Amino acid sequence: MQRSTSRWIAAAGIMTAGALVLTACGGSQFGGEESTPGGDSGLSVLIGSSGEAETTAVQDAVAAWSKESGTGANVSAASDLNQQLSQGFAAGKPADVFYVSLDSLAGFAANGSLYAYGDQLSNRDDFYPSLVEAFTYDGKFYCAPKDFSTLGLVINDALWAEAGLTETDIPTTWDELTAVTATLANNGRPGLVLSPEYARVGAFMVQAGGTLLNADQTEATVDTPENAAGLDYVKSLLDSGSAQFTTDLGSGWGGEAFGKEQAAMTIEGNWITGALSADYPDIEYTIAELPAGPAGPGTLQFTNCWGIAEDSPNKEAALDLVEFLTSTDSQLEFSDAFGVMPSVQSAAEDWKNANPALVPFLNSVDFAASMPSLRGASDVISDLNSQLESLATGNPAAMLASAQRNMEAVVSGR
Amino acid sequence: MLIILGLFLVVPVLMALWVSFSDWTGRGSPFASSVSFIGLDNYEQLFVGGGLPQRDLGIALRNNAWYVLLVVPIQTVVSLFLAVLVNRRILRGRGFFRTAFYFPSVTSSVAITVVWLFLFGASGAVNKVLSWLGINGPSWFQDPSGVVHNALGAIGITEGPSFLTDTPVLGLSLWEWLGGPSVAMSAFILMAVFTTSGTFMLLFIAALQNLSGETQEAAMMDGANGWQRFWRITLPQLRPTLFTVLTLGLIGAWQVFDQIYTGTQGGPGKTTVTPAYLSYTAAFESQEWGRGAAIAFVLFVIIVAFTVLQQWILRDRAVSRRRRRVYEPTDRPQSERSVRSTGQQAARSTSQQTVPPTSKEGDS
Repeated sequence: MQRSTSRWIAAAGIMTAGALVLTACGGSQFGGEESTPGGDSGLSVLIGSSGEAETTAVQDAVAAWSKESGTGANVSAASDLNQQLSQGFAAGKPADVFYVSLDSLAGFAANGSLYAYGDQLSNRDDFYPSLVEAFTYDGKFYCAPKDFSTLGLVINDALWAEAGLTETDIPTTWDELTAVTATLANNGRPGLVLSPEYARVGAFMVQAGGTLLNADQTEATVDTPENAAGLDYVKSLLDSGSAQFTTDLGSGWGGEAFGKEQAAMTIEGNWITGALSADYPDIEYTIAELPAGPAGPGTLQFTNCWGIAEDSPNKEAALDLVEFLTSTDSQLEFSDAFGVMPSVQSAAEDWKNANPALVPFLNSVDFAASMPSLRGASDVISDLNSQLESLATGNPAAMLASAQRNMEAVVSGR
Repeated sequence: MLIILGLFLVVPVLMALWVSFSDWTGRGSPFASSVSFIGLDNYEQLFVGGGLPQRDLGIALRNNAWYVLLVVPIQTVVSLFLAVLVNRRILRGRGFFRTAFYFPSVTSSVAITVVWLFLFGASGAVNKVLSWLGINGPSWFQDPSGVVHNALGAIGITEGPSFLTDTPVLGLSLWEWLGGPSVAMSAFILMAVFTTSGTFMLLFIAALQNLSGETQEAAMMDGANGWQRFWRITLPQLRPTLFTVLTLGLIGAWQVFDQIYTGTQGGPGKTTVTPAYLSYTAAFESQEWGRGAAIAFVLFVIIVAFTVLQQWILRDRAVSRRRRRVYEPTDRPQSERSVRSTGQQAARSTSQQTVPPTSKEGDS
């Protein structure tokens, strides 16, 4: 009996190890990206949707394009986009058109899964240059930016007025932010709350003139006086008690803490508007640009693009669909439906008119820095994030030094 | 049967093994001509690379080792306790309790994880109860601090001795290894105990009902009290079941994935990253397929090693000379006491050795 037990155990152990590959080979158990209703000419579109509104909006837009072009297309929302894309690429039958996040761009581009169509777009020059740069890998503009978001300062109007502050007090420099945050801090409630991650704290590093990588992503520039200045400033806010991390308040993200009025201000992107109107509709708020640091104004921008698979049998139709989806009109409709900012400059005026309160988000595009897209950089950032959680008690210089070592390893390709 | 096994077990495993030695990038077949053999590179990165992959593996192993260390003994003890409890004939509503204890096991782990996220939220039910006791509960799933470090911190030790802090193993200092599971991981440990104890309780109940009442009666006749009967008679007879439970528990605990994937995604501060989850993110998020497969095989080796070790610890041992003398009449032939190999016999031989010789006569 013991013999067969141990054999059984060995088999179970083997299954563990095989599980990884089984999922890779498993095929369509998670989603139907391989199925292309409408025959061989039909396109399959795979999106990582934020919710019902986004899925419906994309479905409607794609249906409109189908009607116009006569090519069938089918939209499916992925439950785990990267996993489903990877499955498709490994099987050689990926979706034709799909969302690609900035941090997975390099991986998919490096193994040749992505079709670098950017320069063939008829509306290529309409995209914001910083977004085009973000999706350029190895000198090739890979995919059309779908839309984008920037970080701004979100202020609770009621708490602002309660502290005796007026519109003229909206901070434009670090010193002013320090003062305002201290004024707003009240009774254990901090003036400012933000998530302990590079995607928020990093904005201060940008304002101090720091970056994680040099412009062409060939050199690690994490451990610099500029980045240290940014972190030191955030640490000083935390140390004074007037600012706190969301984790200290038990909230999942800045929007939640802000909605619960755990703090008077937070730093988040334009996605916060949808979350606030859905979950905390009674909160009145004002959006402001982030204050300028020693090196001038700065913020971070986040974006996805429309990828086309190299293995797609109908790349021409796919390109046509992407042009349609990134056109000024389509993007304004998407913006209406689920609150994103259009990635083309020709839509800016209309968008600002439709969303006057959110103008600071769009204006921030002029000084926004992208997250690194270098392959492996997202691992470095997640390791940095795990250290930033203890910024209040930790040593910023040591954090940057360790991130520098990791980033150097990534840049050199190990 | 062979074809099914080959197709679903051997081929995928060999494929994964090949991927772990290759530079496959995740596009097309791993057996395509463009994929080349790169030897132990992926494993080297994990064990001697000195970079982020090595540190991540160290963190994942640390987290999971604490998880195993706490989950396996606790769930075994709890499930045995529950089994003994609901196995008693005098208990009213036995059926109800059995179902109730077993219920968490049949619920999907994803659903339970979601419930857990609510229960252990900063203002969740658990903290509410703690606040009645005057305890200010942590925000469980946001707290990356290790419980051992916290306990040491409570008595004033916040810095480890330098021989611990300066000795790195897999990119992590020994002091960090000894930090204990994070508060977030502790919540998962409680959850694992909660969900799996029911399953193992069933195994123990089945085993308990298979035991003959005669040895118990004989022990009673000899004046053994309840506690002695449990330790000296029931438990030794349960050894085969105990082995199964510990083995299944070890395997399950080393493979923990769903809870992490749906619950914390490895956060806060990477303290709930496990090798299984790391393998997934390396492959699917970072597109490092070779590394992902290599981590899966490291996990495989760990599981096999632990199982073999456990089998060795629980093996049938000859009763020590000292104990033998207590029970054996001097005229008994030696061969009777020799070790037997099969589980059923082993259980019986153990019980034979532990009950006084007089009762054995009646037994056989």
